[in-house]
Amino acid sequence: MQLAGKAYKFGDNVDTDVIIPGKYLVTTDPARLAPHCMEGIDPEFAKKVQKGDMIFAGENFGCGSSREHAPIAIKASGASCVVAKNFARIFFRNAINIGLPILVCPEAVDYAKSGSSAKVDTERGIVDVDGKSFEADPFPEFITSIIQKGGLMEYVKERLKQKQVPVSSSA
Amino acid sequence: MGMTMTEKIIASHAGLEEVKPGQLVNAKVDVIMAHDITGPPAFKALKNNGLVDYVDSKKVVLVLDHIVPPKDIDSAMNCMAVRQFAGEKNIEHFYDVGQGGIAHNVLPQEGLVAPGDLAVGGDSHTCTYGALGCFATGMGHTDIAAAMALGEVWLRVPETLKFVYNGKLGKYVTGKDLILQTIGKITVNGANYKAMEFVGYAIRSLPMEQRFTMTNMVIEASGKNGVMPVDDVTKDYVKGRVDREYKIYKSDEDAKFEKTYEFDIDNIPPLVAKPYSPDNIAPVDEVKGVKVDQVFIGSCTNGWLGDLRQAAEIMKGEKIAKGIRLIVIPATMAIYRQALKEGLIDVFIDAGGVVSPSTCGPCPGLHQGVMGPGEVGLFTTNRNFRGRTGHPEAKIYLSNPYVAAATAITGEITDPREV
Ligand code: SF4
Repeated sequence: MQLAGKAYKFGDNVDTDVIIPGKYLVTTDPARLAPHCMEGIDPEFAKKVQKGDMIFAGENFGCGSSREHAPIAIKASGASCVVAKNFARIFFRNAINIGLPILVCPEAVDYAKSGSSAKVDTERGIVDVDGKSFEADPFPEFITSIIQKGGLMEYVKERLKQKQVPVSSSA
Repeated sequence: MGMTMTEKIIASHAGLEEVKPGQLVNAKVDVIMAHDITGPPAFKALKNNGLVDYVDSKKVVLVLDHIVPPKDIDSAMNCMAVRQFAGEKNIEHFYDVGQGGIAHNVLPQEGLVAPGDLAVGGDSHTCTYGALGCFATGMGHTDIAAAMALGEVWLRVPETLKFVYNGKLGKYVTGKDLILQTIGKITVNGANYKAMEFVGYAIRSLPMEQRFTMTNMVIEASGKNGVMPVDDVTKDYVKGRVDREYKIYKSDEDAKFEKTYEFDIDNIPPLVAKPYSPDNIAPVDEVKGVKVDQVFIGSCTNGWLGDLRQAAEIMKGEKIAKGIRLIVIPATMAIYRQALKEGLIDVFIDAGGVVSPSTCGPCPGLHQGVMGPGEVGLFTTNRNFRGRTGHPEAKIYLSNPYVAAATAITGEITDPREV
């Protein structure tokens, strides 16, 4: 996937409570979550962000709660991907599972400023900031295969075909 | 090469002799928890993909705890979705409002999770159960749906960090203070992707509830899971609760820990975490005098019976300060009933507090006790991120129940050693 847009830069330890505050957790409807994306840290973000724009963030992006609403809200806001120094582990899984592109690329984060123009090639793992290219850390093969299948549920169906029959007898 | 407890539990559930940090494995799960926020979207993912029939009902525990009784139509519909799924799949371990309480307290209390288990839950504080000597970690709802369909999860074997606590806890100092001290030291990013193993004399002398308080907050250091060795305290706790065989895993002498941290705890005072991060730690002395609007004693971290006893010990015969409010929420209905019997609930009501049924309450900022702009709270919960409990300008301090109770009486953050 080729992505292009403007960078929005954030610091370390951006937690899921600021990405999408608890009061919106009653729904997982992307259309209802989108207007509140990043509300706790930048109340104007959802209004400003244009399709394709990217979030650049420091260490431990998405720490805190297990709410998958966080990557759903980011994806629904129009942001095309998150480039971070590293991700909190539950957020990492959630993003992969719902198909929000994420990249680990500390050098690109340090180089980027809010407003930088950024391009990302998700297949090759290349992050381009204001004309300068950086290589993102590659994901393990297994995780790449989940991404290529289109998310975790597709992987589950394939895995079930390999190994299992329904266990409805125990229901 | 020896293995840590965490590595051994993962290896045995992956059907492997040995695992190493960094390795990706498929591991069988024994217990899968979901609640009223994460259950409904997980069920939807199962339904949309035709996977409902694959779910093994015996492994699933469903607890309504976040927004119950519902506050609006959306939350009512979430509860309906959980009830419907529980009915359809004939889930034995389904706890509606009034029957259970907060999931992380209900599962250990009811013996639904045992030493040696591999448990996952659709909630980040699933790591709480690790105090029992099991592997427990939180995930999002798609991962939970996948675990329900497959009976297994993919895991990256974490490196283990070891935390050794030597010495004896002082008066009004608890497991909460130990974990706050730890998070303050390693920061909210200090254990990302890693296991935290807690050992030492001070851990052995902690009651089970305070051990849970510590493993509960592993996620506040971004840890994947926390574990404690199984000892007589653990065995006593699970006796009469867990009615199946369980397995005890112990880290080998030559196990490889990525790093070891040692704490001398003799002189640790009661601590607080200041806004807006659980690693922003200070001795209670340093923030004493800060005026508060609301004190909350409860949550999966500190809503245990022992926590209520600690608070009541300070509050007995006292009144809360004018102009502030106190909310007390026993973590489970069983704790609530016992607190009633012991007269603890009377102490809180006599003091001018309100005691609510067992739910998450103000902790996630979803329901009862939401904070307004500029308000200050002293909570016994686990996180104080901006906007966590309501308005982004509300300020939350975290502490143990002694500090919370002392603060409720004076209306400003107070050192319990001085009341
Ligand atoms: S009490 Fe708070 S931290 Fe615990 S499960 Fe409920 S919302 Fe989460």
